[in-house]
Amino acid sequence: MKILLMGNPNVGKSVIFSRLTGVQVIASNYPGTTVSYTQGFIKLGEETAEIIDVPGTYTLEPTSDAEEIASKMLNTGDLVINVVDATNLERNLYLTFQLLERNIPMVVALNMWDDTEHQGIHIDLSQLQELLGVPVIPTVAVTGQGIKELVTAISRATSPDMPLRSHDERWAAVGSIVEQVQRVTHRHHTWLERLGDASVRPVTGGIIALAVLAIAFLVIRFIGESLIGYALDPLFENLWAPVMLRFSDFLGGTGFLHDILIGQLIGGEVNFVESFGLLTTGLYVPFAMVLPYILSFYLILGLLEDVGYLPRLAVLMDTIMHRLGLHGYAIIPTMLGLGCNVPAVLATRILESRRERFIAATLISIAIPCAALQAMIIGLVGHHGGQYVAIVYGTLFIVWIILGFILNRVARGFSPELLIEIPHYRLPPWKTIMQKLWMRVYGFLREAIPIILAAVLVINILLVFGVFDAIASFAAPVVTTVLGLPKEAVTALIIGFLRKDVALGMLAPLALTAEQLVIGSVVLAMFFPCIATFVVLYRELGVVNMLKSMGVMIIAALLVGGALNLILQ
Amino acid sequence: MSDEKQMTLAQMHPGQSGKVAQIQGGHGLAERLSAMGIRPGKRITKVSSQFMRGPVAIQVDRARVAIGFGMAKRIIVEPDYTIQ
Repeated sequence: MKILLMGNPNVGKSVIFSRLTGVQVIASNYPGTTVSYTQGFIKLGEETAEIIDVPGTYTLEPTSDAEEIASKMLNTGDLVINVVDATNLERNLYLTFQLLERNIPMVVALNMWDDTEHQGIHIDLSQLQELLGVPVIPTVAVTGQGIKELVTAISRATSPDMPLRSHDERWAAVGSIVEQVQRVTHRHHTWLERLGDASVRPVTGGIIALAVLAIAFLVIRFIGESLIGYALDPLFENLWAPVMLRFSDFLGGTGFLHDILIGQLIGGEVNFVESFGLLTTGLYVPFAMVLPYILSFYLILGLLEDVGYLPRLAVLMDTIMHRLGLHGYAIIPTMLGLGCNVPAVLATRILESRRERFIAATLISIAIPCAALQAMIIGLVGHHGGQYVAIVYGTLFIVWIILGFILNRVARGFSPELLIEIPHYRLPPWKTIMQKLWMRVYGFLREAIPIILAAVLVINILLVFGVFDAIASFAAPVVTTVLGLPKEAVTALIIGFLRKDVALGMLAPLALTAEQLVIGSVVLAMFFPCIATFVVLYRELGVVNMLKSMGVMIIAALLVGGALNLILQ
Repeated sequence: MSDEKQMTLAQMHPGQSGKVAQIQGGHGLAERLSAMGIRPGKRITKVSSQFMRGPVAIQVDRARVAIGFGMAKRIIVEPDYTIQ
C-alpha cells in the first residue's frame, strides 16, 4: 500500500512523516522545505506500507512545478493523509475538498492543534468529521501528540462520495463547513506576531535583518573559534601530535608509507596544516578546522529556519534580488549554500522558472563558498589578518552582485514575482534543533570525511609518482602569469574538484604571501564546483545548462583571479 | 459601496483593512491567489510595503502572505471606511 502525505506548504507534513516512519528528514518553518519526495515505511499490523512525503501544494490545479509533481503523485497513491493547518482551516480545506473529489481513501490530520487554543480558535471536531465524511485526527506533530491515533485511523480511511465541484462551488462548500464548525474569539496580537510583522516593515525590518545577520555571524565565529581554540587544537597538539611523532619514528622517519600516513615533518615536528599525511593533515582538516564551523553554522541556520525568519528576509531582499534576475525567495537556497552547495542547488526548486533556477544555481556555485571552504579560508587566510578574509568575502560578494546583474541581462525570459506565505514565528524546541543539527553534522561526517581522506591519499600517491609535476608544468603558464600563483598551486586547483577544503589546505605548505592566498581562495571558491555539486548541477539543470554554468564559472574565476592579481600584487 | 472607493492593494496604507473586490488580469494569477485564500469577498489587512516597489505583505485569515508589487497592483480592494 502506498500512503501519500499531502497538504498545503508548511503545515508540518515532514514532521509527521518523521514521526510515522522514524526516518529523519529536514523540516523547517518555511514553505518549500521539501522539494522532492521522500519515501519511508510504516508497519500497519501485518502489512508494511510505503509513506511518501509529497511537496506542499495549495491546489491540485497545478500552478507551479511543485504542485504539478504533487498532482501527478496523487494518481500513484492508495491512500492520502491530508495534513491540515488547524489555524488556517478555510484555505487548507480547499485542497481537502479537491482531494476528496478524487475518490481516494483519506484521513485528515488536523495539525498544529495546540496553536488553535492560543489563537482563540475553537473547532468542533466531531462535526467536522461528520461533514467531511473522513476521520479527522487532531495532531501536534512536533510533540508527537495524536500520532498514534493517526496511525490507528489509517484503517478507517474512507472515500465519501464527493461531487465534483467548480472552483466557486468548492469555496462555497468550504465556507459553509468552516461557518458550522469553527468559532473564533477575538484576542490581541501576541508579541511574536508583532515581532513577525515588524520584521517585514521596511525600516524596523531592515534593522532587525542587520541585527540578526550580525549576531548570526558573530555567534558562528565565536562557537567555531572556541571549539577549535579550546577543544580541538589542544587535543591534536597535546595528544595526537606525540603519538604521530612516535609513529613517525617507528616508520623510520621517511619512505613511501611514512609519506602517505604522516607526510613531511616540518623542522622535525608534525605540522597538522602542512605535513599533509593521511593521519595528520587528513584528520586535522576535517575534524579540527572544518567540523567546528559546520557545527556552529548549522546550529544557527537551523535556528533561523525553524523560527521562521528566512521568508521575512526574502521579503526584504526581494527588490535587490530582482536586479539579479531572481526574486526574494532565492535568498533561501543562497543561505543554504553557505553551508553546502549541494542542498542549495536542490533547494532552487522552490523557484518557479527554469531561468531563475539557472541563475540561482550558477550564482551559488560561483560566489557562495560552502562552510567547509569558509572554515579553511578563516583558518588559513585569517592567519595573516582579518583584512585579507574581508577581501575574499568582499570580492565574492561583488562577484555575486555583478554576475547576477549580467545573467539577468543575458539569460532569456523574465523572472516571476514573489508570492509566498510568511510563516508565523515559532519558538522551536531545543530537541528539534539538536536533532536537525545532528542530521546535518552526521551527513558531513558520513559523506565528506571519506572524500577528504581519499583526496589526501590520492594527493600523496600522485606526489610520490610525480604525476602532478607533469600536469603542473602543462597548466603553469596560466596559473603563474594570470593568477600570479606558483605552479604548484595547479595541483590544488585540480584537487578542488574533489574537495575545496582540502584543496585550499594544499596551498598551506607552499609558503604563499597573504595576497596569493587571497587569490587562491577566491579562485578556488569560484572555479569548478566540487564533484558533489557538479553531479547535482548536472541533475538539476541538465547537461546543456550545466555546461553553460561551468563556462561562466571558468571565465569568471580567471577574470576575477587575474584582476585580483593585478590589484593586489 | 461605490466603485470610486476601490483601490489597489498597492495603494493601501499599511494597517488598512478591506475586502477584496476583484483580481484583474489573467486567470492564472486569480487562481494562484485564490488557492492561497486571497479571492473576491475575502477580508485582508495590509501589513507592510517595501521601498522601491517591493513586495506587499498582507494578512488574510491567520496567514501572512507576501505579494510582488506588480501582482498587488492587480488586486482591487474595497477599503474599510477609516479616518486617516
